[in-house]
Parts: sequence; structure tokens; C-alpha cells
Amino acid sequence: MAIPLTNTFDEKINPGIEKWDLVIKPRTGGLSINIGEILQSKDLLFIFVKRDFVAFYKQTILGPIWFFIQPLLTTLMYLLIFGKMAKLSTDGVPPLLFYLAGVTCWSYCSDSLIKTSDTFILNANIFGKVYFPRLVLPLSVVLSNLIKFGIQLILFLLVWAYYYFYKKDDIHITWIILLLPVLILLLSLLSFGLGILFSALTTKYRDLRFLLSFGVQLLMFATPVVYPLSMAPKKYQWMIVANPFTAIIEAFRYAFTGSGNFSWMSLGYSAAATLVILILGTLVFNKVERTFMDTV
Amino acid sequence: MSEIVIQIENLSKLYRLGEVGTGTLSHDLHRWWARVRGKEDPFARLGEENRRDIKGGDWVWALKDINYNINQGDVVGIVGKNGAGKSTLLKLLSRVTAPTTGSVKVKGRIASLLEVGTGFHPELTGRENIFLNGAILGMSRAEIKRKMNEIVDFAGIERYVDTPVKRYSSGMYVRLAFAVAASLESEILVVDEVLAVGDQEFQNKCLGKMKDVSSKEGRTVLFVSHNLASIKSLCTTAVLVKNGTITLSGQVQDVIKSYLSEFNTDQESDAIDDSSRVIKGKGAEITRVALFNQQSLSTRKFLFKEKIKFVIGLNVRVQVTNVFFDLTFLNHFGDPVAYSFSSGNYSFNEGSQVIEVLVDNHFLPGDYMISLGIHKNTGETLEYIQAFKKITVSSTANENTIDYPFEWIHGSINLDSLWSIQSKI
Repeated sequence: MAIPLTNTFDEKINPGIEKWDLVIKPRTGGLSINIGEILQSKDLLFIFVKRDFVAFYKQTILGPIWFFIQPLLTTLMYLLIFGKMAKLSTDGVPPLLFYLAGVTCWSYCSDSLIKTSDTFILNANIFGKVYFPRLVLPLSVVLSNLIKFGIQLILFLLVWAYYYFYKKDDIHITWIILLLPVLILLLSLLSFGLGILFSALTTKYRDLRFLLSFGVQLLMFATPVVYPLSMAPKKYQWMIVANPFTAIIEAFRYAFTGSGNFSWMSLGYSAAATLVILILGTLVFNKVERTFMDTV
Repeated sequence: MSEIVIQIENLSKLYRLGEVGTGTLSHDLHRWWARVRGKEDPFARLGEENRRDIKGGDWVWALKDINYNINQGDVVGIVGKNGAGKSTLLKLLSRVTAPTTGSVKVKGRIASLLEVGTGFHPELTGRENIFLNGAILGMSRAEIKRKMNEIVDFAGIERYVDTPVKRYSSGMYVRLAFAVAASLESEILVVDEVLAVGDQEFQNKCLGKMKDVSSKEGRTVLFVSHNLASIKSLCTTAVLVKNGTITLSGQVQDVIKSYLSEFNTDQESDAIDDSSRVIKGKGAEITRVALFNQQSLSTRKFLFKEKIKFVIGLNVRVQVTNVFFDLTFLNHFGDPVAYSFSSGNYSFNEGSQVIEVLVDNHFLPGDYMISLGIHKNTGETLEYIQAFKKITVSSTANENTIDYPFEWIHGSINLDSLWSIQSKI
């Protein structure tokens, strides 16, 4: 961190003007994020990400392979329960590919959301002893989940390639695939925004922690992860469409398989909702981060 | 003229007592509503002086209206009793929590060392933890890389540096953690009681490092410690914090004297805990024991070489004859290190008695426990209360006596000795 040293030069010219590197005051403005400060902490950010990864597979035999096993097992389970037993339609997409797409996206969202929401409680011991921009920690959580998502995306692409080139199933790639980076960005920001919003609230009202782990499970069923949007009953469809995750995950699936719904309207709605949640989350996070040590 | 690097203005911190969480929602709504109408926080007004011994409202000022300036290169020792607000002050300075009112203005980079080994991850190796901990403390990756060898050397763990820290002995762990912290290159260093860990050798090493940091490199240091000897040897100025306010600042010697006198005015309980009565009153019972210093103030803190007066209250139920008293002093391991016994054969009739003992204080600085017994000449013990009271002997002495000058303490007893230089025949 290259915070400038005392600027004696200025003082000599203007002895009346005081130069302070840091002013600690009771309350800071709501939306102000010190981007510069976060950029200065980028080393810390990467070390946190590295810590998450290294600590994840230390003393495991399979190590990073677990990143593949988790979504595969979940997909197989969904395939068995929702596909074979409940016989839910997959809109003509091969069930394995359909569920894997949903699971890959959703596990990224839910992991990021749940882990960032624990930011303050899990790191109270660090936060209580030393200062660094608090946003670095939730950012590192989302970043390490993003890398995990990237690895799992490779798995998805392999399975997709198998169906697309080898089995020549009835799936076709659409130009929406060009939007993939945007979709991933939206997913990240949405989970991050919700995560920091909840992290700020759970420090004071711990009840939300229980509500959240339960709520994320419910949210999965309000998102077309194990079923296509077209299958949702008309009566409840508005609930599913109102969920900002819906349009993004539908677009993801549409991009690779050509089936499902895609509309600029709904994606625009998701983007707007993401922005609102992100602003709200930052507001609440900023308010809480300065005094949470007194309440956590 | 040295320039002000930290300027503290009207700094206050309000804390909530009791169970935070119950009724928070309704309180929060109240506070929010008051703010919306532009009124003062309805709960903050209830804040009162931080006297822990008196029951009061739910809100308390852990710090109240602190004003203080620190100059470039100052080494400021902060002393005060537990809960006086020392750590709160450091927390505000290191931005762990925000003040309720007031402000702190700082020039230069602050590094805070409120704990050693913050963020150490047990699964990561020593090297990985050096990067992690260093980054948390505010060092850049390049800076840590540059200092890696120095850190490993200082910690003395070269062989273990690629082993997960969960396999480390606790001593190695602490050494590594301190080594990382010691390599910080900030202009201002805030240190809380962290030197109280590790063995004597390591503590001396840390103190030496702290001295280097302050005197050789000319950095500004804020240092909280209960170890008055290290405050004396390190600091150039000192601050006494009491009940959330700064009551005295200036010369280290004056501040320490004032701090010690705080203890002397404390009314210590003379009562004896029943659990320490090993052998219970066979005929005679010790009802209370009070300790006084040379100013006849009731206390448990004594200056170096200051005589200790015991006043023992005795309740005799059955007439006893031919008894004597003894006092045993135990060190902090519980080993007896000094002994004192009454001469003569006392006899007491039924009723209350008061006995006074004046003991020469030959103790080296430290804590000692006291046991008191009444025995018959035949060897039978009438009453024995074991390790019922702790006294603390400080390294500071009276004006007319020399202080205990060292940081290390070898043993418990200070022997009177006469040193003379004999010329060679």
C-alpha cells in the first residue's frame, strides 16, 4: 500500500492547510466505496482466494477433482429424482445436460450467496483485530467461487460437446452464447449483492442466518433449475419470472441448447434488479462494517 | 519541532451493556425514528460514565471526550486498569470499530498489532501464512517476499517453514506471528499487550525489537501494557486512562506513580473465601485479613521493598493457649518461597482479637499468594487458610529507594547484599 507520507512540502507553502492521510470519523457517506483502497488491497484479495483454494483440498486424496465430483453427483441425483421419478420435462434437452447446466449455475449462486452472507460472523476474529477494506472478504469469496465455477463450466462444456458433436442431439447453439460473460457477471453481482446485504443484516439479527440457508433452498425451486420455465403453472409463473435469477439461468441454457425462453425484457429486468440489490447491499454493508464489532 | 502525527479530538465511544439482541429491532426503529425527526439518539442520552462497579443504565461511554496529540517519534505508553478503555482507544485508532463522536486525524500509515497471528490458517504452511498474515496487516506481496528471509530468521523456524502451522508448537506459532508483525514498516505502530506471550527469552527479543523500532527507526508507537517495567524502558511519554477519560499524560514516571496510587485507594475486601480454609477453626477462627502499605492504605499492590502490614481479625470461641502464627508466601507456581512465623506463645481468651504483623518486603517484582495458619506448640493446626490472598510487588520503588531496574526477574527473593571492590594486594 502506497499511502503517501506526510506532505511537508505543502505545509511549508500553506501552513494553514492541514494534510492528513486518514481521518477517522463516526459515520461515512452511504454509497461511498473507496475503490482506491480496495485496489490497494488486491494482494490481500488474491491471497484470500488462494487460501480458500489451498485450504479446500489440503489433506484430501482427490484434491481439486472434488470440484467435478460435486456437480456430477448433484446432477445424477436430480436426474434420478426429477427426471426419472417425477418425470419432469426438460424441453427436449438431454436431461443430463439440462440438469448440469442448472446445477453449475445454481451452485455458483448459492455458494457465493451463502458464504458471503457469513462474512462478518465467520471473520469476526480477524475484523476485530485489524483493519482492511471489509469488502475484500466477500469479494474474495465470490472470486474463488467464480474460479470454481470456471472449472465446473469446463465439465459442462465437455458434456455439452459430447451431446453436440458426438450424439448429435437436437440441441443447437445460439448467438446468445456471446452474452456468456455478461450472464456470468450478472450472476456474480447478483449473488454478491444479496450476499453482502444479508451479511450486514445477519450480524445483528442472527435469525436471518437460518432463514437464509432455508431460503436459498426455496429460491432454487423458484428458479428454473430442475424444470424449464415453460413448465411452470401459469398461476405461479409471475413469481418465477419476478426472481431475477430466472432470466439469467434461462438465457444460459438457451445459449447452449437453443431451448427455453430468452427475452431482452426479462434479462433487462434481471440486470436492473441486480443493480438495485447491489446498491442496497453496498449501502447496508457500508453502514454496518464500521460498527459491527460492537454487535456481532 | 516535531510534528503532530495523530490528532485525537473529542473522541467518544458508546457501548451497549447487557444482552445485545433482545429488543434490538424495536430499539433500532426508535433510534431510526428519532434520527428521521432530527432528534438525538434516545438511547445514547442514557450513556453515563464508565464505572463498572456501579449499576446503571444500559449504555456506557467506554471512552468519553478524549483529546490528545501525538508527535512524530513519540513512544506513548497507555496505562490504566482493566476496562478503563485502553483497548477501545486502540481499536478506534486501528479502525476496527468506528467512534460514536469525535475524530482522529492521522498522518502516515497505521499498522495495528492488537493480536499476533491474526488470520493464521492452521492448514496452510508457515510460508503461506506469512503471506496471508502479512497481507492482512497491510503489506504488499512484493514487500513480504523481500522480507521473507528476515521473518523466518527472526522466528527461528527455518526447518518448519513449509509445514502446516497446525503442526507447530505453540511457541513456534507465536514466534512466527510476531516475526511477521515485527517486519511491518508503517510509520505508526499500535501495539496492545501482545508481548505478554511466549517465554522470557522471546519476550526480551520482542522488547528489543520494539526498542529498535522506536529509537533507531524513529517511528511513532502506541503501546498498551500492564507490564510497567516495559512501559518504563520503552516509552517516552505515558497516558493514564481511567473510566474512559485521560486523567493524566506526560512523564512516564509521574503517570506510573499515579496509576499505582489508583490501586491504593481501592477498598479491597478483607473477607476470606471459605473455599480457601483448608483446616477450619478448631476453637479459633480468622475472620478477616487486611493488608496495608506504608501510607496505611488498604491495598494489595506494594512497591518494591515496601513493608507489608497485615491486620488479622481473630474470633476465639474456646480459650486457647500456646499458639503461634505463620505466614507462607507462594510464587505463581504455588511453591512456597518465603516463610514468617510469630515468636512467643500466645494465649487468647474467648472473644475478638486483632493481631498486627509488619513484614519486610524482600520480594522481587511479581505476584505472590499468601497462606496464614494458627498452630499449637504441639504441632496441631487450629486453622489454616491457603493461598487466600494475592499481593503484587511492582518494580517501582519509593522515592528514596532504587527501582528494580531489569526486565527479567530471576527468582522471588531479593537478598540484601553489600558489594565492595577490594584492591588487589
